[in-house]
Amino acid sequence: MKILICISHVPDTNAKIPFKDGKPDLAGLTFVIAPYDDFALARAVELRDQTAGKLTVLCVGKADTEPTIRKALAIGADDAIRVDAEPTDAFFVATQIAEIAKQNQYDMILMGRESSDYNGGQVHGMVAAMLGLPCIVPCMKLDLNGNVATMYREIEGGKEVVELPTPFVAGCQEPIAEWKIPNMRGIMTAKTKPLKVVSPVATAISTQVASYEVPAARSNCKMIDAANVGQLVELLKNEAKVI
Amino acid sequence: MNVLIYIESENNAPKKSSLEAVAYGAAIAKGQVVAVAPSDADTTELGKYGVDKVLQFTVSGKLEATQVASIVAQAAQAQSAEVVIFAKSILNDLAAPMVGVHLGASVASNVIEMPDFSKGFVVKRGVFSGKAYTEVALNNAIKVLSIKKNAVAMTEKGKTAVIESFSPSVAASTITIKETTQKTGDILLTDADIVVSGGRGLKGPEHWGMIEELAKTLNAATGCSKPVSDMDWRPHHEHVGQTGIKVSPNLYIAVGISGAIQHLAGVSSSKTIVVINKDADAPFFKAADYGIVGDAFDIIPKFTEALKNTL
Ligand SMILES: Cc1cc2nc3c(=O)[nH]c(=O)nc-3n(C[C@H](O)[C@H](O)[C@H](O)COP(=O)(O)OP(=O)(O)OC[C@H]3O[C@@H](n4cnc5c(N)ncnc54)[C@H](O)[C@@H]3O)c2cc1C
Ligand SMILES: Cc1cc2nc3c(=O)[nH]c(=O)nc-3n(C[C@H](O)[C@H](O)[C@H](O)COP(=O)(O)OP(=O)(O)OC[C@H]3O[C@@H](n4cnc5c(N)ncnc54)[C@H](O)[C@@H]3O)c2cc1C
Repeated sequence: MKILICISHVPDTNAKIPFKDGKPDLAGLTFVIAPYDDFALARAVELRDQTAGKLTVLCVGKADTEPTIRKALAIGADDAIRVDAEPTDAFFVATQIAEIAKQNQYDMILMGRESSDYNGGQVHGMVAAMLGLPCIVPCMKLDLNGNVATMYREIEGGKEVVELPTPFVAGCQEPIAEWKIPNMRGIMTAKTKPLKVVSPVATAISTQVASYEVPAARSNCKMIDAANVGQLVELLKNEAKVI
Repeated sequence: MNVLIYIESENNAPKKSSLEAVAYGAAIAKGQVVAVAPSDADTTELGKYGVDKVLQFTVSGKLEATQVASIVAQAAQAQSAEVVIFAKSILNDLAAPMVGVHLGASVASNVIEMPDFSKGFVVKRGVFSGKAYTEVALNNAIKVLSIKKNAVAMTEKGKTAVIESFSPSVAASTITIKETTQKTGDILLTDADIVVSGGRGLKGPEHWGMIEELAKTLNAATGCSKPVSDMDWRPHHEHVGQTGIKVSPNLYIAVGISGAIQHLAGVSSSKTIVVINKDADAPFFKAADYGIVGDAFDIIPKFTEALKNTL
């Protein structure tokens, strides 16, 4: 199987996002593979092993994303492609991924369910529409039998078991696999695995961030005595007016 | 400016979230408000919230996102719609970006307010997993939005929608559904006005009875923290937070949840937050409107009792 895993390079989810001059100031933060993408990567490595296939990791980003890409190589991807551009929005990123996919004809394109920075949940759907492929989101389990995949897909209030032949796009979430931590050998070999840098294809600017806003902290929490739960009922009813 | 809204149905009626999408569309339309709806969805409610025309299509079986996208794109072209609106749902969240590609549209997901027209077509949505919001300008002539619960006030327009039958061409999907497990009759987390969530502080799945009892009393949906679903105390689809469901109810009640940043990411757009935790230093209190420090096993039954006496 030829597998493509698309990863986004995002601030560590434990980090507070500092804002400076009305913009996120990410300079001092640690960057990681987005959590959902990390789950997808872990499963992709297992499926590559199972099928003795080839796993390519793709990131649309500037040179500062390379340590994150190398981490994916250390976890087990065979080679990497970086589309050398600032990923300005989902449409731009999807256009780049679709272009790479057209050139290389993957059996399966795995992504995370959603990036943890811009939370769009759009890139997989766009790539699938651009390539005319079926798409499963969110995919919680993915097994292969020949070229037929069996997946668990979350639906509102439950799940479905679905079957489909390759090729397809899937946006993954846990418990699809356990996150993998690179071992020493992985880290050493990652340094010499091929990382190809390609130029982006041109696209029109579809969306643009006009401004950011940091939500106001909740005004002081009103504490109620544990012996007086009736007061909570009273406040929810007459002050907050939510019951 | 014509607006098109995609309607999802449930028990032969439009879903409540779809009606919110209609209200949103009616509030911004300067031309026709058109709904594209499966034929089993009763149309009375659609007119009530402002639909001028319903394009009715017949479906057999469950639609895949690619099929929804194809139906909606054909409807949008037929009606020269400039804005296409989806209510947030798992299926719609996937169909919306596909429609965006078919129509060459700008797409925004998780929109939480009415657009700002003073600067073009600018919508507000959450980023960095609830830690901030952005205003995003949608540049293309056609816009596709998926809106979150409570993005708009429900205003009745009292129209009677004209009904037209619509027969889009829909390609078969290569996806086969083998099995579906879905709890029916329960209130869905994303639809609920009130959510009651439990965390690791509840010590085990056998203690969820009191959470369910509280939820039932409030007509609420139940949620949980990630470790709770990881340990299989509760099903995965109840897990709230950055890597789970993001909710925006009127009232979120967190019981025995510490308030880790990744959990808060899923609840920060709730209107009112109540936290019950035995540790006065639990970080969740800093993100709450009302708090009680104490033992959940003691407080929850009393709280439920007090509610039953009032409601
Ligand atoms: C300095 C900087 C500024 C940015 N400014 C903006 C901005 O203003 N507006 C904006 O929308 N985005 C911005 N981004 C880009 C953002 O990081 C995303 O890559 C991109 O916008 C897609 O976001 P999404 O939330 O729609 O992705 P989603 O649709 O939620 O992502 C789904 C999946 O697509 C894949 N994917 C997403 N992004 C990439 C990528 N870059 N490379 C490879 N695979 C990917 C992942 O598998 C991900 O799980 C910026 C990034 C950087 C580094
Ligand atoms: C990448 C990443 C993504 C994540 N995504 C999510 C996510 O989407 N959602 C999520 O929830 N977590 C997520 N987490 C996990 C998160 O960091 C926390 O570990 C988790 O939210 C803690 O769950 P908890 O509050 O139930 O448990 P704990 O942190 O163990 O808190 C239990 C709380 O219960 C209280 N307590 C104990 N006994 C009682 C009692 N008798 N009465 C009242 N209170 C009591 C304690 O004081 C404590 O505050 C993520 C983590 C990572 C690294």
